[in-house]
Amino acid sequence: MKKLGSMLLAGPYIIWMVLFTIIPLCLILYNAFTNTDGNFTLDNITAITDYVNAKPLFLSLSMSLVVTLTCFLLSFPLALVLSKYSKNKNSIIVMVFILPMWMNFMLRTLAWRLILLNNGFLNKGLGILGFDPVYLMNTKAAVILGTAYDYFPFMLLPIYNALVKIDKDVINAAKDLGATSFVILKRIMLPLSLPGIISGITMVFVPSMSEFVIADMLGGNKVYLIGNVIEQAFNSGYADVHLGSGLSLSLMVLIIISMVIYKLFDKGEGGHGIW
Amino acid sequence: MVKSVKKTAEKAYLVLILLLLYVPIALLIISSFNASERNKAVWGGFTLKAYGELIQDEVVMGALYNTLLLAGGASLIATLLGTLVCIGMINMKKHFKSVIMAVTQIPLLNSDIVTGIALMLLFTRFADLSFATMLIAHVTFIIPYVVLSIYPKVLQINPSTYEAALDLGASHLYAMWKVVIPDIMPGILSGFLLAFTMSLDDFSVTYFTKAPGLNTMSTMINAEYRKGIQTEIYALSTIVFIIVLLVLFIINRRSEKLYKLKQESGVAL
Repeated sequence: MKKLGSMLLAGPYIIWMVLFTIIPLCLILYNAFTNTDGNFTLDNITAITDYVNAKPLFLSLSMSLVVTLTCFLLSFPLALVLSKYSKNKNSIIVMVFILPMWMNFMLRTLAWRLILLNNGFLNKGLGILGFDPVYLMNTKAAVILGTAYDYFPFMLLPIYNALVKIDKDVINAAKDLGATSFVILKRIMLPLSLPGIISGITMVFVPSMSEFVIADMLGGNKVYLIGNVIEQAFNSGYADVHLGSGLSLSLMVLIIISMVIYKLFDKGEGGHGIW
Repeated sequence: MVKSVKKTAEKAYLVLILLLLYVPIALLIISSFNASERNKAVWGGFTLKAYGELIQDEVVMGALYNTLLLAGGASLIATLLGTLVCIGMINMKKHFKSVIMAVTQIPLLNSDIVTGIALMLLFTRFADLSFATMLIAHVTFIIPYVVLSIYPKVLQINPSTYEAALDLGASHLYAMWKVVIPDIMPGILSGFLLAFTMSLDDFSVTYFTKAPGLNTMSTMINAEYRKGIQTEIYALSTIVFIIVLLVLFIINRRSEKLYKLKQESGVAL
C-alpha cells in the first residue's frame, strides 16, 4: 500500500522525464546515426573532426576554460570577504551581488554591446581621459568578457554558500595552533569549500561551452563557436538535422568526458558529488 | 595597522566588483533617458519618450507578458511535479531513488542548446510548435532545480512526526498536508524561485522550441538587436530592474522575519 502510494506520487514526474528528457535524447541519437534517407551512417559523428567543426569546438573549449577561470579568480576572494561580513544567505549585502543574475540575460549582454561598440561608452570614457580607443567589439575578448559577466553569479553563489558553512571554531583553532592566513586558506578554506567550487565550475563551464548567442551579439561573425555551428545546422537555409544532431551528440559527450576527468582529478583531493 | 590595510583592501575589492556588476546595468538605464537615438554614448538630452513608446509597443509588451506567463506557469507545474516526486521518494527503495536522481541530472549536464534541440526534434515530429510546447520545454529544463532544492529537505524529515500524526487519527492526506509539507516548505519555495528565475532568463531552450511569432523577452531582444535596438528596450531594462529590486526586497523582508521568528522561538523552523 505504502509503495503504491509513493509510486503514484513519483509517477507524473517519471512519465514527464521519460517523455521530455529521455525520448528527445533518443531522437538526437537516432538522427545522429542516420542520414536523410534513414540509413545508418557514422558521417555525422565523425563530422566533429572536420576542420570546419573542430576549430569552433576547440575555440569553445578554450574560451569556456578562460571564462570559468576568470569567474573563479574573481569570485573566490569576493566570497571569502562576503562570508566574513555576513552569515545570512539572504542578507542585503549578498543579495546586492546576486541581483544582476536576475536581470534578463539578453539585457546584460546588450549592456556590454553598449560599452564595447567602437563608438560606445568605453571608448568615450577613454577619449575623455586622453587614451587611444580600443576596438574590442567582435573579438574573442569581448565574448569572454560578456560570458564571464553573465555567469559570474553562478560561480559566486555556490562558493559563498560553502564558505559560510565553515565552522568559525575550525579557523580559530588553526590560528591558535599558529597557522598563517595562507595556510588557513590552503588547508581549510579551499578544501572545505570544494563542493561549492565544483558546482560553481560546473554551472559556468557547461553553459559557456555551448554558448552561441553571446558570441553572436558581441563577436559578430568573427567569433564562431561550436554552439553557432550547431545552431546554424538547425536554423539556416542549408539546415541539416542529422548533422546538427551528430554535432550535438559530440558536444554532449565532450562535456560529459570533461566532467568525468574533472571528477577523477578532484577525487584525489576530496571527492564530492557535482551538486 | 596591517589589519586596517587588509580591511581597506577588502572593501576596495567589494566596491570594484560592485562597479563591474552594476555599471553595465546603470548604462542601460541611463540610455533609456537619452534622447540621442543613434549613439547612446553621446548625450542628446533627457527624455521619457521611450517609456511612452514602450507601453504602446505591442511586440515588447507581448514578449514581457509571455515571459511572465511562461515562467509562472512552468515553475508552478515544475514545483508541483517536483514536490510530489520528492515526497514519493521518502518511502522508495534506494536503487529506485538513485535512478530518479540520475535522470534528474540529465537536463543539468546537458547544455541548454542540446535540451532545446532535443525537445524541438520531439515537438516538430508530433505536433506544431505553440505556447504549449514552450511551456513543456520550460518545465523540462527547470524541474531538476526544483527537485534538487526539495530533496535535501526530504532527507531531513523525521518519519516519526508523520507516524505520530497518523497515530493521533490524522488521515494520510491530512498528515501529509499538516506535517510533511510544512517541513519541506523552505525547499519548495526556494525551488520555485530558482525555477522561476531560470525560466525568466532562458534564451536557448525558448529559441529552439518557440512558435513563430511568439516571443519571450530574450528572443524578442535577440530579434530586435538584428534590426537595430530601439530605445524602448532600454526603457524595458529599467522596468525589469525595478521589478527585480522589489521582488528581492520582499523576499529579503520575508526571510528576515523568518530569521527573527527563529531567534525568538528558539526552535529550528
